[in-house]
Amino acid sequence: MSEQSHNAAASHDDHDHDIASHIKTYLIIFGALLLGTVITVLMYYVDFSSMAVTVGVALFIASIKAFLVAAYFMHLMSEKKLVYSLLVISAIFFTGLMGLTLWGTHDTPKNTLMKTVYVP
Amino acid sequence: MQATDTHAHAHGHKGHSHDHHEPGFFSKYIFSTDHKVIGVQYGVASLIFLFFGFLLVLAMRFQLANPGKPIPVVGALLEKLLGSDMAPGGNLSGDLYNSFGAMHGTIMVFLAIVPILFGAFGNYVTPLQIGAPDMAFPRLNMASFHVYFIGGVVMFASFFTPGGTARSGWTSYSPLASVTDLANHFDGQTYWLIGMVFLITSSLLGSVNFIATIIQLRCRGMSWMRMPFFVWAQFVTAFLLLLAFPPLEAAGLMQLMDNLFGSSFFLPQGLVVNGTALAVSGGGSPLLWQHLFWFLGHPEVYVLILPAIGIVSEVIANNTRKPLWGYKSMVYSAMSVGFLSFIVWAHHMYLTGMGTKVATFFQTTTMMISIPSVIILTALFISLWGGSIRFNAASLFALSFLPMFGIGGLTGLPLGFNASDIYLHDSYYVIGHFHYVVAPGTMFAVFAGIYYWFPKITGRMMNETLGKLHWAGSLFFMNCVFAPMFIQGFKGMSRRMYDGGTTYFEGVDPTALSLNKMITMCAVGLGVAQLPFIINFFSSIFVGKKVSSDNPWDATTLEWATPTPPPHGNFASEPVAYRGPYEYSVPGAKSDFTPQSEKP
Amino acid sequence: MEIPYTYKARPDTGLYNAKVGIWLFLASEIMLFGALFSAYILLRVSAPDGFWPDVALAWPRGLLNIPIGTFNTAVLITSSVTVVLAWAALKMNNFARFRWLMVVTVLCAFAFLGIKSFEYNDKFSHYVVRLKDGKAVTGHLEVNGKHPGFWNFADQWNLGRLEAEKVEHIEIAVDPARDIHGHVKHVEGASHDHAKQKIATSDIAFLGSYTPATHPFFAVYFLITALHGLHVLGGALVLAYFAFPGAKMWKTNPEQFTNRIEVGGLFWHFVDLVWIFLFPVVYLL
Repeated sequence: MSEQSHNAAASHDDHDHDIASHIKTYLIIFGALLLGTVITVLMYYVDFSSMAVTVGVALFIASIKAFLVAAYFMHLMSEKKLVYSLLVISAIFFTGLMGLTLWGTHDTPKNTLMKTVYVP
Repeated sequence: MQATDTHAHAHGHKGHSHDHHEPGFFSKYIFSTDHKVIGVQYGVASLIFLFFGFLLVLAMRFQLANPGKPIPVVGALLEKLLGSDMAPGGNLSGDLYNSFGAMHGTIMVFLAIVPILFGAFGNYVTPLQIGAPDMAFPRLNMASFHVYFIGGVVMFASFFTPGGTARSGWTSYSPLASVTDLANHFDGQTYWLIGMVFLITSSLLGSVNFIATIIQLRCRGMSWMRMPFFVWAQFVTAFLLLLAFPPLEAAGLMQLMDNLFGSSFFLPQGLVVNGTALAVSGGGSPLLWQHLFWFLGHPEVYVLILPAIGIVSEVIANNTRKPLWGYKSMVYSAMSVGFLSFIVWAHHMYLTGMGTKVATFFQTTTMMISIPSVIILTALFISLWGGSIRFNAASLFALSFLPMFGIGGLTGLPLGFNASDIYLHDSYYVIGHFHYVVAPGTMFAVFAGIYYWFPKITGRMMNETLGKLHWAGSLFFMNCVFAPMFIQGFKGMSRRMYDGGTTYFEGVDPTALSLNKMITMCAVGLGVAQLPFIINFFSSIFVGKKVSSDNPWDATTLEWATPTPPPHGNFASEPVAYRGPYEYSVPGAKSDFTPQSEKP
Repeated sequence: MEIPYTYKARPDTGLYNAKVGIWLFLASEIMLFGALFSAYILLRVSAPDGFWPDVALAWPRGLLNIPIGTFNTAVLITSSVTVVLAWAALKMNNFARFRWLMVVTVLCAFAFLGIKSFEYNDKFSHYVVRLKDGKAVTGHLEVNGKHPGFWNFADQWNLGRLEAEKVEHIEIAVDPARDIHGHVKHVEGASHDHAKQKIATSDIAFLGSYTPATHPFFAVYFLITALHGLHVLGGALVLAYFAFPGAKMWKTNPEQFTNRIEVGGLFWHFVDLVWIFLFPVVYLL
């Protein structure tokens, strides 16, 4: 057809093998994500004595899954520096938002009359 | 070769057909993807909103000085339009005063100042200064303006809803915002929230576009440290809008749920309104709203001031005929301000029952953020040293920006310390402080920018005499309006009293009350002082002196290397930046300015 | 006039414009969903004890349908892998494979939304009743022999409406009992799970469906999942456009078309990523 798409096709041929190995990676990640989902659900039925452990385990598995999606499906394993710096900035501000908000709501003056009472 | 043809053909179908023939009215002025047309659209719309916001506060000021007297001229009209329970006998009722206050804040911040700085100046000037043919995503840019316009229409329409528009302040604190109008399910506050969602979406589209443009479309030779400071200011501002607005969007959606579906995101248990317990589940947190609101609210302050500093820097460098002193430290300071502005927000919340550790943290970061701001201001002051300054209207406004912003910034320090804030919080001192930043501060920069770039946009100069008249009147009346507010604040006058404090101050301290009368007269004077500008602005479009060259101010930055006014696509030939942005009075150069595009 | 780097990468950044744009947009999305998750955590840790009446929990647990949620997670993960495979297919110049993978992606998206709306509907007809003696039951409501709220958000009952319409008693198909963790209790010989229980209106202190007004948990659940659902819908429409009408570009400018799929895919993976956190947080914890 046109010169341009011919060029594109030619360059594709060089990468064909590369892409084929990518596809294999994608399928492995797919399996890992499904496995992760099953493990998360199973953990729900395990009775950890503390809620903190329950939350920690669930979020740990979710973070691994999220890492797999971001690193491989979103190609963050081999992305440009600009994208990394952008994500670092928003990660810092997100941490600030969540951390300072929680801290700000829970560091209240002690020994005052404030307390929460549930009135049905 | 065939490929290039197909390619060009494909582009022809994508709305670039106006390269070939004269476009119609709609595609030229309403659905244009040209960043310059969009900039002008933003400029016109936001100037109209600015005027409207000013009228709202004039009515409020009249009420404060003359409680119980009908508003002159428009009182009867208000009663007719908004109903006699809102404006009985042409008076401002308490509810209407609160409505006007809330909408004055909202309109000025979200519909006037941010759009004029970021939407108008940012859109028009940024691509020109970096040598780009347009924004990176022109259609997104158009969508951004349209969404902004819809948001403005929704806000404006809310005045005519049953029960009136939002009246819980521009901060819309919950639970107040959710319980002010229980009689109307779909009340003014709901309109406000929907309008805000549109405005937030608009600025998200805009900020994505700005950052992508500045990163990707800088012309050959335009390295980061060759960008004019104005572009840096827009760049940092875009990041603030991009990352600080989404939490407010989340908070807005939550409050919308509270208002429409009866949820309790921000409503605590056992809430009693007018003696009856509210039928909600409770369990929400009023502080959550404040945290999410001020997470935007504080960066927003820097959104209001950084582009203004950018404009002032351009005008000062050009009119002192000197390079900016400490350009690099200004750039790093702007970045530090942007970064720190995300972790200072709770200094607006010292009075919410916050613990000492958190209060100390936010007090410390607040003091830290004043350092880069002072560095920027100092660098601009030192830039004046030894310059042969041209005193035209643009430069006068830019020069008076410096002390005005200085007063605004320094009066903020007592509010950043929690010990002194506990006394000054919610008093007129606060109003004086932030208006000094935004009204004589940012607005003077806006005027400086209008006088400075008007010849590039229209091809005609504005009248200097009228401009100087405008400057003198504005400077005088601005100070007469806002300086007495500090005194009122020290005397303890609350900013929430709709009768101007008569019920509280009468017999206690008559000076605080008499200042109200003076402030109101000066506010009217400030309005009158804008008449020369309005006359100048419209008459200069048609009969102003035609510019003799594309670069009437003998400036160095790339926007002056375009034809006047710049055509679609901006540059006649591909621009190249060979040098830094402010090469004025270079020893040995043939003139006192060396444009960035001049070959070495 | 031609805007540079619309599909060719700019040499110094190594990125084309749209990729910078989508990552900026995703950064702002991180802040949007981040704020909502922060709100969730804040509301949850500050909820007072006994706020969820069934088993005196502060925060209800295990109220959502876990098998359905798990299935939906799998559906979304599948769509995520198909969209990246579709992009790889374009890279390998295999347009036919690209198209059927995109069709699978879009079908998965609508399957996800369909299942989600089924779940929503179930919550609208699921009620919690607190009695005047302090006891509480949850289950599906029957008023005058009819199940309210079947695909009808407006048909909601509360105590005020029961009294106004002079309904003397309601019937409720009681949920199986739960322990303090929200797990279903397996009591020996308890055969009357889902048994109908008749409750007189005069005994009721509070009646509310599993909707935002009843508890902040539902408010957060509905808000985040609805916003996520809107993202799914928007993404699905865009991907469907790329698969059919927008695919014309493959003939004129294959490189830009492949980039479009990559950018659309990045958004789609982000939507999947949000769900990866959302699923354990609202269904399991």
